[in-house]
Amino acid sequence: MPGSTEQLAAHGPACADGLSGMYGPENKADVVIIGAGPAGLAAATELRRCGVQSVVVLDREPVAGGIPRHCDHYPYGLREFSRLLRGPAYARRLVAAALAAGVRIHTGVSIQSLTSGPVLTVTSDAGVRVVHAQRVLIATGARETSRAARFIGGTKPGGVVSTGALQGLVHLEGITPFHAPVVLGTELVSFSALLTCRHLGIRPVAMIEPGASTTAFWPARWLPRILGIPLLLKTELLTIEGESTVSGVTIRRPNGDIERLNADGVIVSGHFRPESAILLSSHIELDRQTGGPVVDQFGRCSDPDFFAAGNLLRPVETAGWSWQEGKAVGHAIAQSLEGKLPGLTTGIAVELAGGSLKYVVPQRIVPTDVPPALDSFQFRVSHKAQGRLCLSIDGARKTVKSLSAVPERRIRVPLTVLPRSPTGTATFELVESDR
Amino acid sequence: MSADHRNSQFDIAVIGAGVIGCAIARQFTLEGARVVVIEKAPDILDGASKANSAILHTGFDAPPGSIEASCIAAGHAEYLKIHERLGLPLIKSGALVIAWTEGEEQRLPMLMERARENGVEDVQFLSAGQTHELEPELAEHVKASFTVPREYVIDPWSAPYGYLLQGLANGAVIKRNCEVKGGRFDGVRWKLDTVQGQISATTVINAAGLYGDIIDQKLTGSTRFSIKPRKGQFIVYDKPASALVKHILLPVPNDVTKGVVICRTAYGNLLVGPTAEAQDDRVNAALSETAMTALRQRGEEILPALADHDVTAVYAGLRPATEFKDYQIHAHEGLNYITVGGIRSTGLSSALGTAKLIYQRYLESGEAFQPPATIQWPRVSNIAENYPRDWQCEGNKGIVCHCELVTRREITEALEGPLAVRSIGGLKRRTRATMGRCQGFYCSAELAKMTQPYFDAAGSTVRSHAGIN
Repeated sequence: MPGSTEQLAAHGPACADGLSGMYGPENKADVVIIGAGPAGLAAATELRRCGVQSVVVLDREPVAGGIPRHCDHYPYGLREFSRLLRGPAYARRLVAAALAAGVRIHTGVSIQSLTSGPVLTVTSDAGVRVVHAQRVLIATGARETSRAARFIGGTKPGGVVSTGALQGLVHLEGITPFHAPVVLGTELVSFSALLTCRHLGIRPVAMIEPGASTTAFWPARWLPRILGIPLLLKTELLTIEGESTVSGVTIRRPNGDIERLNADGVIVSGHFRPESAILLSSHIELDRQTGGPVVDQFGRCSDPDFFAAGNLLRPVETAGWSWQEGKAVGHAIAQSLEGKLPGLTTGIAVELAGGSLKYVVPQRIVPTDVPPALDSFQFRVSHKAQGRLCLSIDGARKTVKSLSAVPERRIRVPLTVLPRSPTGTATFELVESDR
Repeated sequence: MSADHRNSQFDIAVIGAGVIGCAIARQFTLEGARVVVIEKAPDILDGASKANSAILHTGFDAPPGSIEASCIAAGHAEYLKIHERLGLPLIKSGALVIAWTEGEEQRLPMLMERARENGVEDVQFLSAGQTHELEPELAEHVKASFTVPREYVIDPWSAPYGYLLQGLANGAVIKRNCEVKGGRFDGVRWKLDTVQGQISATTVINAAGLYGDIIDQKLTGSTRFSIKPRKGQFIVYDKPASALVKHILLPVPNDVTKGVVICRTAYGNLLVGPTAEAQDDRVNAALSETAMTALRQRGEEILPALADHDVTAVYAGLRPATEFKDYQIHAHEGLNYITVGGIRSTGLSSALGTAKLIYQRYLESGEAFQPPATIQWPRVSNIAENYPRDWQCEGNKGIVCHCELVTRREITEALEGPLAVRSIGGLKRRTRATMGRCQGFYCSAELAKMTQPYFDAAGSTVRSHAGIN
């Protein structure tokens, strides 16, 4: 095993600092950020702006920038740069902004463990290293749920990809994996997949959605029509067929008929899950509902030296949202380093009741006058639902607002809905009206 | 000697590079034979051997006195003897045979008796309380259990690869993409017609697994069994789930089914399976949503905490079952031909023992060889979780598959090293790339780029390995 006193010699094209002596002999930084996507880079830039000395971003990919790097389409960057950009250009700007602010970015570095301290073990071409930091921000993002995890039946031919894998193949390696795939799902990312297909002249044979309407909001819904792709609602993907490559799929139509579609690929899109693998084996508390860490309104984890931001917090938000969140949490980390954040112990838990709400972020609120990084509760519903969003606290129950929601759509409630000094547990429930 | 001449004169031709063929090739090579292994697929382990439960069984529950029982016992012993020298992992988990109903509890003494008959003397009865003490995460309704301490977890792909690698290092030859079309025995030698031309060998050993009966038919004109493929589906949980249990959890088998096994894998996951479904198709093992859901349910009945864990991979395999219970091992009188068929689901455990048995059968009519003066012991690069891995070492060229921590150096070695992989399936089995929780979300593109120069030049290649799910 390589000694831990050597420098962490891991780098990639996004590195601007020439790398020598990156952490000095001790492998130390004030703040280590895991993940060079929109959230991580925004936080890093903000931390430098707040005067934090050494801010290091680590990413396991060979190039920094995160998911937008391979989303070669609009719209990115309006919130951040007041310009309409494609994903890769947006990613380059984020990286450039961070480097200009004095952030050090190191790619090709994977985190193997997180322990209190904070102490990280990281691996790269140089083998295993130990890194010490004052604070750690985890901004590892989210990934789509695989075909395997969805229990889709049939054979296992090549040509079954997530949107992420498709865009990697297409935009990073210039490979066209198929010509006439089926697209499963109608989330925003599913439409991003359609744009990627169009870019390459790939013509999807159908877009399949088990629900009664598309998951993404209305502008995207028109896209299949514009592109001439049949949108099959209330339709289930039953099996995938083919030996070395996909030859077709079977689907169940709304009337119960089982049909076969010829296709040479399947894009299994959406159903994002936070990329929380490194947390699973750490001491940091996870929330089963989001799949990410439990955080307070500053993005602080159960170990207050660790913070989280971006899509690791919950599935799934836009790049712009994640950037905003990263920036705010970066600011909170700077405050934490100055000792300005209240202790965690006085916090109250935020919970859900009933089955209609799928998750809530943040899951803990610490009474304080310090302005929060996450200024609203974020919810999603588990199914299409209509009713009253109620909050029970200190034995009192009140209606927060009337709500009509469908899965994957953003629902926000300002933190100020809580009393100034709450005690006990805050429980949200969506009480559905009779349908 | 010209390469052509050398390649066309063999003592032994082994048809099939599954776990059994690999072990037989090793055995005969180490005895001094010139061996050729002939495989239809682009890579080894592409049929029945590609999917199993990855357990090194003791054979405690095999039918006493059967060929299978003796091969498993001998195979288990041989694996323990050679695994360290070949660099093959061994996880000494032990197993618990657990009774969940009173009916099952009543069968435990009989099973323990059978274990002793099979020479597995160290089984030990445990009350419900003792069982829970050993495995606190088990569901409440455990009735009783017994331990089988020498049931172990191994790496189902590195092991046969290691056997064949040792064969190759000592002079054996492998021909892949080399389907046997037919052949004849001229009284002295076999001439096998393959898609790559004629191969000549003194003796043919049929280890064709799912195609065993077909090869018998093609070469000898008859067969004594017919393959009735039995499909087994498995679900694999993400690595944190493996902390829930230490032992291999075996069910009490009944007449209908052997039941669902839960065990850790050498790669640090937890697997639940298999199902047992008869089918005619020898090629495709289709997954079914119903079966996978049922496995998930059964898993949670046994280990309730599994409800909080993610399934990250699913797979289905085919076992070459026949109409008979026991292995079908037949030496054909006057034909220099041995059939090794019907190796149902215990091939991984029995392979090294089966290979020894086949060599003994061979000696009944064939001549002994001159063993090599020195034997090479190549080491297999490790992909098991609890042994040192390449990502921990300097110069690994960075990680490509983050979920399974597969390095660029490991992938390059698989693509260029001995027995270089020629298909994405082969690469997955050799390195585990794409087999983790993201199932290729992150590394598909990089892998496609890395493998493109190595796999066949046809434009279809990229498509066939691009989506690796």
